[in-house]
Amino acid sequence: MEAVTHNSIRESLDHLFRLHAGQMVSILSHIFGLENLDMIEDAVQDSLLAAMKTWSYTGIPDNPRAWLIQVSKNRILDRLRYDKKFENVEDTQDQLDQAIRVFDSHDAIYFANEVGEDQLRMIFACCHPAIHADSRVALTLKIVGGFRVSEIARAFLASDESIAKMLTRARHRLRSGNIVLEIPPPADVPSRIDTVLKVIYLMFNEGYAASEGDELIRRDLCLEAIRLCELLSEHPVTSSPKVQALAALLLFQASRLDSRCRDTGELLLLSEQDRSLWDRSFIERAMRHFGLSAEGTELSDYHLEAEIAACHAVAGSFEETNWKHILGCYEILQQRKPSPVVDLNRIIALAKIEGAQRGLEELGRFRCSEKLKGYNLFYITHASFLTEVGRLKEAVDSYLKAVELTQNETLRRFLRGKIDSLAGQ
Amino acid sequence: MSNYLLLLHERPADFVNHTPEEFQAMFTEYMAWSEKIKADGAYVSGNKLKDEGGKSIVKNGDGMRVTDGPFIEAKEVIGGYYLIAASDYAAAVKISEGCPHLKYGGRIEVREIEQMG
Repeated sequence: MEAVTHNSIRESLDHLFRLHAGQMVSILSHIFGLENLDMIEDAVQDSLLAAMKTWSYTGIPDNPRAWLIQVSKNRILDRLRYDKKFENVEDTQDQLDQAIRVFDSHDAIYFANEVGEDQLRMIFACCHPAIHADSRVALTLKIVGGFRVSEIARAFLASDESIAKMLTRARHRLRSGNIVLEIPPPADVPSRIDTVLKVIYLMFNEGYAASEGDELIRRDLCLEAIRLCELLSEHPVTSSPKVQALAALLLFQASRLDSRCRDTGELLLLSEQDRSLWDRSFIERAMRHFGLSAEGTELSDYHLEAEIAACHAVAGSFEETNWKHILGCYEILQQRKPSPVVDLNRIIALAKIEGAQRGLEELGRFRCSEKLKGYNLFYITHASFLTEVGRLKEAVDSYLKAVELTQNETLRRFLRGKIDSLAGQ
Repeated sequence: MSNYLLLLHERPADFVNHTPEEFQAMFTEYMAWSEKIKADGAYVSGNKLKDEGGKSIVKNGDGMRVTDGPFIEAKEVIGGYYLIAASDYAAAVKISEGCPHLKYGGRIEVREIEQMG
């Protein structure tokens, strides 16, 4: 029953175009091969354009995916016929025959059933060892998730230019690297799954943090990450406790999506959220995955983060939260994968236990870190500690710095509200 | 009430290079507009014309000369049309002004349908 609900969300008309862009490229690449990626992406782009124009007059058809596949198919066949006629490409007749055969023998229901597997195949291709490690996440976000370059850049704390260059190189590898579009055989899955999970993790974070534009919570991105993670967790070859842990983590976080916004769309801090708005069905699903993640002896970073998220999810109020347990998890995480972001979260938990003054001391120790210079959460945390200890003028300065580093309009409004209320004191 | 034909002229080049999200946003606006004119009772019909280009026919001596086009490569084509009902030209123009086609660089030609007797 939940799967049905879930699908109906994914199929919702609100996000039709981006959802289908990623799905169509995956489906058509499975048919025509990655070496034709450019042609496929062009055909998909054309089909989206045709959809935008046609549906504007006629409304959305009953089966949008079948409609888009039909248009993409015609574009690809046209292109192959053109190549055959004018470019004298040798393989074209074979490709053309194969294309017509595949399209004739598979109906819309086939494509609907196959779309999940096709996307898993495409994720594994984007995370293939032949693709440079630094590029795998960006490439998957671009091709499977339909992300824009600027969104990926924000998720990586990198510039648009560097991501664009990275994608150009990675796409070249993807097209010419003899990469088979497949879900790896079981023996190869453990060595291939980590980058796939990281991709999903970052995809979710990009949606959850909403780094760009006016739309505060890009619910569709979060749900897409959850959908892909649950595809992995349900697939007999790709499922593992680590996959279950990530699914649990994402669902715990997603349960708070609705409570993060007021009617006006303002961001709400965890302490101010109405916990009755937390989505119990998400928490229940998360708990089920969390239970399955405990099978076996493996402890991953996702297990630790899911445990932290579970602490928040089960706490009756902000004050009742088990901060000591959360701090313990962050301390282990900090040893396993030292990062300024984990450290920042550790300091926040520590400050809940020992006070804002202690938080400020800890913040002072790493505030010159190069990567954090463009990180607005550092300054927001700094400002909230300063407010707590009564250093209001400095708090205003830190909030101003955070505003400078924030692109999201809603978060900017929220921060300006903080500044105004401090200025009034 | 009279019927008015809205011819939606557009430059095909204006629509390439958009991201799926931008297509989504444009589509949503077009839908909102057509839903509104339906709710207001102004909508009669509407269709997109095919991109492939049509045929032009002229009499050529005793025969006919048939040529292809205009094509999608043309500078400007008629992308589609709406037939609406309005009390007068001013009302028809007012309805057309709300169409997102104008926002996205298109042009709308409004023509009243001649009514018999």
